[in-house]
Amino acid sequence: MSETKLILPTSADELVDAVKGAVKGGKVIKVSGAGTKDVVGNHVAADIEISTTKLSGVTEYIHSELVMTAQAGTPLSVIEKELAKNNQMLAFEPSDYAQLLGSDKEQTIGGVFATNMSGSRRLSAGAARDALLGVKFVNGKGQLIKSGGKVMKNVTGLDLVKLLAGSWGTLGIMSEVTFKVLPRPEIMKTILISGLSDADATSAMAKAMGQSTEVSSAAHLPQSVSGSFLDGVYDGQSITALRLEGLKESVDDREKRLMDALSEYGNLSVIKTEQSAILWQEIANVKPFIGRDTIIWKVSVAPSEGHKLVAELAKTTEVDAYYDWQGGLVWVSLKSDHYTTHLRQLIKSLGGGHATLTRATKDVRSEVDVFEPQPLPVAALSARIKAQIDPQNILNPGRMSQNDDVMNKAAV
Amino acid sequence: MTELIKFLEPNAQIISKRSSIISGLAEILPDDCLITDERELVPFETDAFIAYRRLPLAVVLPETTEQVAEVVKYCHEHEVPIVPRGAGTSLAGGAIPQEDAIVIGLSKMNRILDVDLANRCAVVQAGVTNIAISQETDSEGFFYAPDPSSQLACTIGGNIGMNSGGAHCLKYGVTTNNLLALKMVMFDGTVIDLGGKALDMPGYDLIGLLCGSEGQMGIITEATVKLLAKPEGAKPVLFGFDTPEDAGRCVRDVIGAGIIPVAIEYMDKPAIEICEAFANAGYPMDVEALLIVEVEGSEAEMDAMLDKIIQVAKTHNVKTVKESQSAFEAALIWKGRKSAFGATGRIADYMCMDGTVPLSQLAFVLEGTAKIIEKYGLRVANVFHAGDGNMHPLILFNMNDPEESVKAEQAGMDILRLCVDAGGCLTGEHGVGIEKRDLMTHQYSKEDLDQQMAVRAAFDPQWIFNPSKVFPLEVREDA
Repeated sequence: MSETKLILPTSADELVDAVKGAVKGGKVIKVSGAGTKDVVGNHVAADIEISTTKLSGVTEYIHSELVMTAQAGTPLSVIEKELAKNNQMLAFEPSDYAQLLGSDKEQTIGGVFATNMSGSRRLSAGAARDALLGVKFVNGKGQLIKSGGKVMKNVTGLDLVKLLAGSWGTLGIMSEVTFKVLPRPEIMKTILISGLSDADATSAMAKAMGQSTEVSSAAHLPQSVSGSFLDGVYDGQSITALRLEGLKESVDDREKRLMDALSEYGNLSVIKTEQSAILWQEIANVKPFIGRDTIIWKVSVAPSEGHKLVAELAKTTEVDAYYDWQGGLVWVSLKSDHYTTHLRQLIKSLGGGHATLTRATKDVRSEVDVFEPQPLPVAALSARIKAQIDPQNILNPGRMSQNDDVMNKAAV
Repeated sequence: MTELIKFLEPNAQIISKRSSIISGLAEILPDDCLITDERELVPFETDAFIAYRRLPLAVVLPETTEQVAEVVKYCHEHEVPIVPRGAGTSLAGGAIPQEDAIVIGLSKMNRILDVDLANRCAVVQAGVTNIAISQETDSEGFFYAPDPSSQLACTIGGNIGMNSGGAHCLKYGVTTNNLLALKMVMFDGTVIDLGGKALDMPGYDLIGLLCGSEGQMGIITEATVKLLAKPEGAKPVLFGFDTPEDAGRCVRDVIGAGIIPVAIEYMDKPAIEICEAFANAGYPMDVEALLIVEVEGSEAEMDAMLDKIIQVAKTHNVKTVKESQSAFEAALIWKGRKSAFGATGRIADYMCMDGTVPLSQLAFVLEGTAKIIEKYGLRVANVFHAGDGNMHPLILFNMNDPEESVKAEQAGMDILRLCVDAGGCLTGEHGVGIEKRDLMTHQYSKEDLDQQMAVRAAFDPQWIFNPSKVFPLEVREDA
């Protein structure tokens, strides 16, 4: 196997040159940040790799504007440290899969947006894509393109920003990102209900989200996984977690009202800011499945359907799972790789959604569609879009869909 | 009157085939869904950007997605341009037709198809009005958050087309942040479904791309929107200041202090006078600048937040603080604000700008706006969403005076250039339409616009959707 040549541009100009060089030489580019999510997606047979890790640093941050601009390769921890100085945060609470995926690297802010990594607060505060206000990226022709800006509201022209978010490096290499930040809540409390079945927890979470108490996150950790959280204090019982955040007076008030509303569900308790912060981070980072030798699926369905999916799967195979986003994000751990078709058919039968194979061996990944296959007209449309941004198909070709080549031909 | 903004030259060949096109459409649609009589076409000749008008070739008002698909397919095959239309409330001319185009109006597709409270979403047809969704779910304790001032009339389809905002989007986000799924008819009549009741969609974020694409990429016929639980209570509070600078700095420092109210609205003296005369909202008349700050939650929560805001306001010489004492008073305060455009229309013709600027530039841009207006010898009323820097100067003029009309348009363009130069953008929530089309080159490079048009071409290779809009005519050559 020949070594892939690694290019580390230190400026947007160098990035442009690197891509132009690849265009000229007909080279296929593997696009990366720090590479923490390298093992997600289909394998890219690349001639060169362009990593943004040397494009690093916060470019502009006026905290009273709630907006930050940073170079794409800036490590997430640098961003978070800078924000913490002003008591601010990324509201979408980026999740970090490095441990789950066995990487010792640290993800970049560009990688966070390119993969739309959003944690538990996504339920109320939106995803990474909702916080992204502007991007500069180099397209497949080697042109530096600007989209969006640095203001909160902007409908000027097509929103290519959204398109780039979650495109896994297949549409462009971001050089700079501008994003919205928010003040950190003064306090955080998590109300815990213990002992609920998956189905009862789903109805409890729906009820909580329907109250005027602004629950910011809702997760259910069945008994099989609850021992993985907070050093095992909840081992042996399922835990349903509902987070409240904001000004102290407000949280206290909402806590009372929410407890009243949920009294029918029995056993309620509350944990405070520090414990809450750890718990929600562990939920977002898929703590229970770190170190397990299983196949991990990230499944997105209507919140009311998540538990039904798991119950159906359990009829035919050994499954472990837990729920975030009010039940709509299901982390599924399977021992066998034989259930892909079954899983995706079940999702369809439950009203639709999608499954991403987040962790599996290379062999399994090469045989399975890692990302949910799209209906033909949508797949063709996506291929046409890719062709309009990356006409020679040199940016991470096939990473998101093994049928890229076929679709590209169909699109022409 | 002299028209500063040009439309594409109508295609004489298409116009000459008008009667055959009409019979073609008549085969697809029931009689009452096709409008061809010239007098009946007049209501469709413009939208809320009334300075420009064009009679369309015909108007179709389909009742189903299948009919929309058939019409689009027919137009694609006969190369007839299509202008989509919701309620026609666009302030940017996004729904103004042209002589060789048919209008596809979605007003008959106005049914709420499904309200799913467990998943907090509603599936609606594109012609449903914005307010109808909140009305439908109000008794269950839910609402749809984006609330453009035209929400009584404007449709969800139009909101998606323009990625509309509103006063409360400071907290709840704009349309794109509240959208879960779309059904869309593509250029060749193919119908696609994107997203669902899950929080995110697989593959590229096409919903994000389509939201705000101004009817350039297809016809959206259905949408699934998020519902939110209504807050326990909400209270608008009036803060009056002696200078716009004080008010501007107060906004910056409230946000900077980590307090995000649901809404922070700004009105200057002329706007206060106009709105008060219309709504009798109890606005203070002895101040130069007014902020309407809305807090929400339980009484305890609202008091806690309000205390913090008052503390900040005091450091900026706040002159009046007035809490609404009842639901009735609160409603009046919002009625005054949301009627600002209509109330202004009672005293003069007006043009509403929509640039967004960084908060630190608010005071500077207000000052610059005043200078520009003075230079052209016009008057202005400022009323806007201050919390997110989305400015709405209303330029007052007399439309029957051709010279003044031109001046008003020129002043508007100068103000928008100022917004871009201050680090902002041309439009925060109204869209580009025809109004700001020719200023796009001020915000974007040729390569940026070429890339946008290339992506557009993936959806509409022959450019049959909304042809004269968004992209300056002179940059289209080699796209």
